[in-house]
Amino acid sequence: MSKADLDKLTAQFPGAIVASHSRHGDDTAIIRTADFPAVMTWLRDAAGFDFLVDVTAVDYFGRDLRFEVVYHLRSMQTGSRLRITLQVGQIEDGPAPEVPSVVALWPSANWAEREVYDMYGIKFAGHPDLRRILMYEEFIGYPLRKDYPKEKRQPLIRRDYSIT
Amino acid sequence: MAENYTTVLDDALNWARKYSLFSYPFVTACCGMEYMATAASKYDIARFGAEFPRFSPRQADLLFVVGTITERQAPVLHRIWTQMAEPKYVIAFGVCASTGGFYQNYGTVPGADQVIPVDVYIPGCPPRPEQVLDGLILLQKKIQEGTTYVQRRDRGELAQKGHDQGAARELGPDGKKRLPVVA
Repeated sequence: MSKADLDKLTAQFPGAIVASHSRHGDDTAIIRTADFPAVMTWLRDAAGFDFLVDVTAVDYFGRDLRFEVVYHLRSMQTGSRLRITLQVGQIEDGPAPEVPSVVALWPSANWAEREVYDMYGIKFAGHPDLRRILMYEEFIGYPLRKDYPKEKRQPLIRRDYSIT
Repeated sequence: MAENYTTVLDDALNWARKYSLFSYPFVTACCGMEYMATAASKYDIARFGAEFPRFSPRQADLLFVVGTITERQAPVLHRIWTQMAEPKYVIAFGVCASTGGFYQNYGTVPGADQVIPVDVYIPGCPPRPEQVLDGLILLQKKIQEGTTYVQRRDRGELAQKGHDQGAARELGPDGKKRLPVVA
């Protein structure tokens, strides 16, 4: 892919881009959270990114802004792809990190944002139904965070039939 | 004399039971493909009298646990086992159902025997149909010998040894009782 979309985005929102790169041909822009709704609206309506492929997250444990929320966009007209990233942090035992929801722009974000919330505990402001989607309601904590203990189990039921 | 009579009757009953297994496939993962291959015409599980998969546990006496069991599914699996007709038998199909396999994480039960009693463990990821048929023949042998879990429990062997911890743990993560399951 060419860098055309990334260049257009940089020209449109010069102050919103924290960093950008095109490693391995994947155009990526890290966006300031405050400018995020305007950027995403522009990308869908003006830049033609009509398809939200996935929303996911990464936990860079140890960094100040330890979480990155990652949005993969695609244009069905031109076939070009773009990756948008947000950096959010959480003070230890502080309130959950929160980013704006994009469900109003792309309905496909609904379950993807719920999965990010389920696995990382990142809240999406404006999501219509932010509940756990994979784990059960009784589950405590967020299993894909790097500080979730690897051996920790939260069984709903156990019977001792292991020796018969 | 009476003892002898009971033994002969049990032999006949067990012989009838081992050749008329009605199976309930609890299929959760890729092992289901091998289950289908085993049940289909090439490997033809019907040759062993286990022809009918019954898709209601109440009409089945053999539970195939086929695939990975997640913590979220575990109460469902236990309830299905309690709903099955007695005497009932369980085969753990594949390494995930036997031990959890390579899934060692927050979401996977390390083996179906953490929830229900398992009579035969079939290893493999997934096992080939020949292994499944071998496991089925092994189960038939155990039924004839009367050494499956349910048969031993009914003779009172397991209660004496304390294996059946019927009122075992049933906890939510917060220590409260959750999701009551009829034992």
